[in-house]
Amino acid sequence: MPVRPFNPALAALREQIAAMEGEGGPAREVLPFGVPDLDRRLPGGGLALGCLHEVAGGGNGAVDGAAASCFAAGIAARLPGQVLWCVTQADLFAPGLEQAGLGPDRVIYVEAGDDVSVLACMEEGLRHGGLGAVVADVARLSMTASRRLHLAAKGSGTTGIALRRWRRQQEAYDFGQPTAAMTRWRISVLPSAPLPVPGLGRARWLIELIRARAGESLDIELEACDGTGHLGHPAALADRPAQAVGA
Amino acid sequence: MLAGRAGNRRLVTAACAVAQELGLTVGMPVSKAQAMVPDLQVMPHDPAADAASLERLALWVLQRVSPIVAVDPPDGLVIDSTGADHLHGGEEAMLETLIGRLVMSGVTARAAVADTWGAAHALARHVAAPMHVAAPGTAEALLSPLPLAALRLPPATLASLRTLGFVCIGDLLHQPRAPLTRRFGPDLCRRLDQALGHASEPIEPLRPPELVEVRRAFAEPIAAAETIARYIGKLVVQLCAALEERGLGARRLDLLCWRVDAHVQTVRVGLARPQRDPQRLTRLLCEKIETISPGYGIEILSLTAVMVEPLEARQMASSLLEAPAPDLSGLVDVLANRVGARGIYRMAPVASDVPERSVTRIAALSEPVGVGWPDHWPRPARLLPRPEPIETLALLPDHPPASITWRGIRRKVARADGPERVFGEWWKHDAEMIAVRDYFRIEDEAGERYWVFRAGDGEHAETGSHRWFLHGVFG
Repeated sequence: MPVRPFNPALAALREQIAAMEGEGGPAREVLPFGVPDLDRRLPGGGLALGCLHEVAGGGNGAVDGAAASCFAAGIAARLPGQVLWCVTQADLFAPGLEQAGLGPDRVIYVEAGDDVSVLACMEEGLRHGGLGAVVADVARLSMTASRRLHLAAKGSGTTGIALRRWRRQQEAYDFGQPTAAMTRWRISVLPSAPLPVPGLGRARWLIELIRARAGESLDIELEACDGTGHLGHPAALADRPAQAVGA
Repeated sequence: MLAGRAGNRRLVTAACAVAQELGLTVGMPVSKAQAMVPDLQVMPHDPAADAASLERLALWVLQRVSPIVAVDPPDGLVIDSTGADHLHGGEEAMLETLIGRLVMSGVTARAAVADTWGAAHALARHVAAPMHVAAPGTAEALLSPLPLAALRLPPATLASLRTLGFVCIGDLLHQPRAPLTRRFGPDLCRRLDQALGHASEPIEPLRPPELVEVRRAFAEPIAAAETIARYIGKLVVQLCAALEERGLGARRLDLLCWRVDAHVQTVRVGLARPQRDPQRLTRLLCEKIETISPGYGIEILSLTAVMVEPLEARQMASSLLEAPAPDLSGLVDVLANRVGARGIYRMAPVASDVPERSVTRIAALSEPVGVGWPDHWPRPARLLPRPEPIETLALLPDHPPASITWRGIRRKVARADGPERVFGEWWKHDAEMIAVRDYFRIEDEAGERYWVFRAGDGEHAETGSHRWFLHGVFG
């Protein structure tokens, strides 16, 4: 993965654009993933806090949203404070989320009837400002709705994660539509780490950063969240010789 | 058995089920009853205590079921459930819960839902066993075969009607009204009309003096949402002042809007913790304005704190080292009033190995539980609402499947882990005495990871059907 050299002219232009978009003000806090390859490509060196982010599953994950919810839980787990999780169907399994680092005492679930009320609840949570993160399972997310959510998140500094999840896999083409989210991720499952004995190794994901405002997109293969919400390097990469890691 | 005095005679006013089996009936002289059953226990009838306890019951229903509840003496309650039944899962579910809770507290109750007070009164006393839900518009057909006593008429009128040969309500319906009114006064026809819905019969809601209530009557009816919002704001300030005087905080608020056409529109909001912050209460109420239909205008607004709890000022520990935890009760209230109190919850662990029983919902603002689930086995992120049967190719007794077919798609299993054996909870359910589930984690060639189980241990048919199910999806 070649990393572009720092260009002051480009940085100045980015600042100008940010000022025009109303993104000015003090530098935004970020949450690093702790994976250098990933953090280096994100503007600011991590996931911007106080913004709206979008996460979807790839393949069958667009319907079950299992990997995407673990990824979102991993992010929420590393933020301080309570997490509000808005859903339309209550199929989240709390022990599973706990294994991604998000314990039962930290999640408040809201079961809303439809997408519209899920978005309304999410906005309410983002505006409140006392929460660490707000996650919502949504199918349709229009430009207007996402802009509202993004502004609400910016106003209070709470991070919002729109977990895109559709009823049918064909509806996932909706993920191509533009939204106001800061970043857009797609998490697809990969065969797990091979073990010398029969059994399943640690889960692996293909993490695609499809879109990042003021950043570049990226594909990376990582190991799923551990019990503290941290992603890991696959063993084959982690055990490379030292000079290769820095490349 | 209870005995009361009617004029000079002592009459039986109530008899328990055992007494009724012995042939005692309400209305027979006490001396006759004592002659029939020698060691009869006779207690004096106390109408005042009965009325007081009925009122207490009405208050209990008011706090839990619907904002408009009134006493229907001597032995009934009338509830206007318009707009309240859906909160309890529909009319039948509401009646079932209500009767169930009354039975648990030792009260035998019968209940009916109908279009009018009169019809519900008659159905509850003569049809319901123990509950009856009448479809709208069927009052006439349902009431026709019922005896005249169902009409809430004075005993003298009933007796003379019986003398004239009228037995059931249907006999009266097709009689010319004028002679009936001339003979029995306007009451008879009014009761008929009220039962059939031709005449309105407003329910004057029960408001015991200990309830904190503020109301405002308008010279000109109001209808605009902004006007309603403004007056809600004023009422809330008054209510909060009244609550503060008594050191109370509201847990449930009812806003009643009397329209000029004698209809009452109600708004009920609940709070997770006792509150008397005018701003917060106003906001909760104003969010519900769109559910009020003002019709031709609202002439009286009344705001009641139906459920209150003591709320004392507390000293907050000022700690310089750590910021106090943010107060989420405002957010929880707003969301609970939007999606319903059941829609907002936290999950807490339950000591059970059966996955679907290992979680329970607790109130969103309960104290932290502090413990999680045992994490020696990986658990899926999404658990299907109920296990879905799958077609598998598997070796018995303890091999994972080689391939599965779920929702019409066949997947070849590349790797698997298991079995994790979960035994039925024989100490809770007899049916689970020897039930067994063997859980496997499987991964197909594309890397999709699923949680599947086989009902049964693979050897003994009595431990389960040996069919395979998919229960969850790993992330």
